Amino acid sequence: MSFLVVHDISHTYFTEKTATTALEHISLSIDQGEFVSFIGPSGCGKTTLLSIIASLIQPTEGTVTLEGKKMQAIHPAVGYMLQQDYLFPWKTIEENLFLGLKIMEIDTPEMRASALSLLERMDLKGTEKHYPNQLSGGMRQRAALARTLATDPKILLLDEPFSALDYQTKLRLEELVWQTLKEYRKTALLVTHDIGEAIAMSDRIFLFAAKPGRLVRTFLVPSELRQLPPFAARQHPSFSELFQFLWKELDSLETTY
Amino acid sequence: MKPLTNHKPSLHDQYLASLRKEKRWVRFYQLIIFVGFFMLWEAASRYQWIDPLLFSSPSKIWSLLMGKIEDGSLFSHIGVTLFETVLGFILGTLLGTCLAALLWWFPRFSKIADPYLVILNAMPKVALGPILIVAFGPNFSSIIAMGTVISVIITTIVVYTSFREVDANYIKVLKTFGASRFQCFKEAVLPASFPAIISTLKVNVGLSWVGVIVGEFLVSKQGLGYMIIYGFQVFNFTLVLLSLLIIAVLATLMYQIVALIEKSLIKNR
Repeated sequence: MSFLVVHDISHTYFTEKTATTALEHISLSIDQGEFVSFIGPSGCGKTTLLSIIASLIQPTEGTVTLEGKKMQAIHPAVGYMLQQDYLFPWKTIEENLFLGLKIMEIDTPEMRASALSLLERMDLKGTEKHYPNQLSGGMRQRAALARTLATDPKILLLDEPFSALDYQTKLRLEELVWQTLKEYRKTALLVTHDIGEAIAMSDRIFLFAAKPGRLVRTFLVPSELRQLPPFAARQHPSFSELFQFLWKELDSLETTY
Repeated sequence: MKPLTNHKPSLHDQYLASLRKEKRWVRFYQLIIFVGFFMLWEAASRYQWIDPLLFSSPSKIWSLLMGKIEDGSLFSHIGVTLFETVLGFILGTLLGTCLAALLWWFPRFSKIADPYLVILNAMPKVALGPILIVAFGPNFSSIIAMGTVISVIITTIVVYTSFREVDANYIKVLKTFGASRFQCFKEAVLPASFPAIISTLKVNVGLSWVGVIVGEFLVSKQGLGYMIIYGFQVFNFTLVLLSLLIIAVLATLMYQIVALIEKSLIKNR
């Protein structure tokens, strides 16, 4: 049985003047330990879908099940990472790191120790007592990743977490996230508009179209790319092949609508 | 002397020296204005350029100050006024923040309350003075009420606005951990609004002084406001000006204390 199943999700946003269909009949399933990406033009509802999976929004129609159980309220097995780090500037890195533990009421010495080891894994040892504004953008995003992983979620939702970073930092962070998620055997779902990033990081890619947001195609990343960490994958000959292919697909979607 | 080969530190020293020089000039002119003002005042009063009965003179104010310090009456007046102002100011800020929290907690209540807040904010609060005195009695409690009422509505409005302007993504982060509404308030909304709360504190220092002095005018029992109204009634403008100067010094001190609190509270943003 699949780990996460999205079943026939539709969602409509209402305003005083309009009702916008953000998502229409989306169904997909993700296996445990799999890394998948959502790509598509802006307005295709990929972030909405992520919010629905995180139970931050209730869909107009359809259900999401995790390990066979329907998700209704915000689930501790789901970790969510935003576009920017959103570390709380008035809390130290350590306080930020333990925030999830505190709110979920699992603030035990063991959880704290594993959170601190995550911080070390992120190469941020020694920054515990620092405030976020003393850290660089890349370091802050790494601290945010540690904060998300600290509560030990089973599935990680990544909402364009690399888009606000400069290219070099982004490549490094992709590498680190990929390694960490493989190491801790996490399932991950990445929303991105960067085709290269999607190919380099994921096992499967879901292509969405806009107006109304819907799932168009699913691509399986060839196994030789899946094995490789993102930076090495980018160098592989079949990377550019897939890139071209996806580029054309995306391009045709954007010109038709 | 630093070795000449080491170029950079000496340039930096020059820069620092120029900064210090600039600062000294600013202080110098500030001092000139201060001393000049009092000297001019003294001279103008002595040579009758201005009416000495109305404008008094620094020397007369000084001797009155000394006399008041000797007989000890000054400190009891200052103590009373300071107590009322500090309490009014703290109560106004606390109540305003609590009201803002209520408005944030109940969005429908905030929609309903909106026009009434506008009316209350526009209304001159000192006009409530007579009612407050009758309600609380002609003593310090009505004066504190005055100091509170004058700042509470504007605090509510400013703090509530800042509550609403807190980046929704901080709340999103907390919600993904399953935080309750109270946790969202405690962990994100309130701390994110501290700068706004402190800046209303600065405004409230001034407002509370207005409320308390007007309150003391009306109650006319003790305090610096009473000294002003008493000086006015017996036509002793030296007393009026002395009270004014003391109020100016105290209000500035209070403002500086708030500024210090601000510095230590929001150093990490």
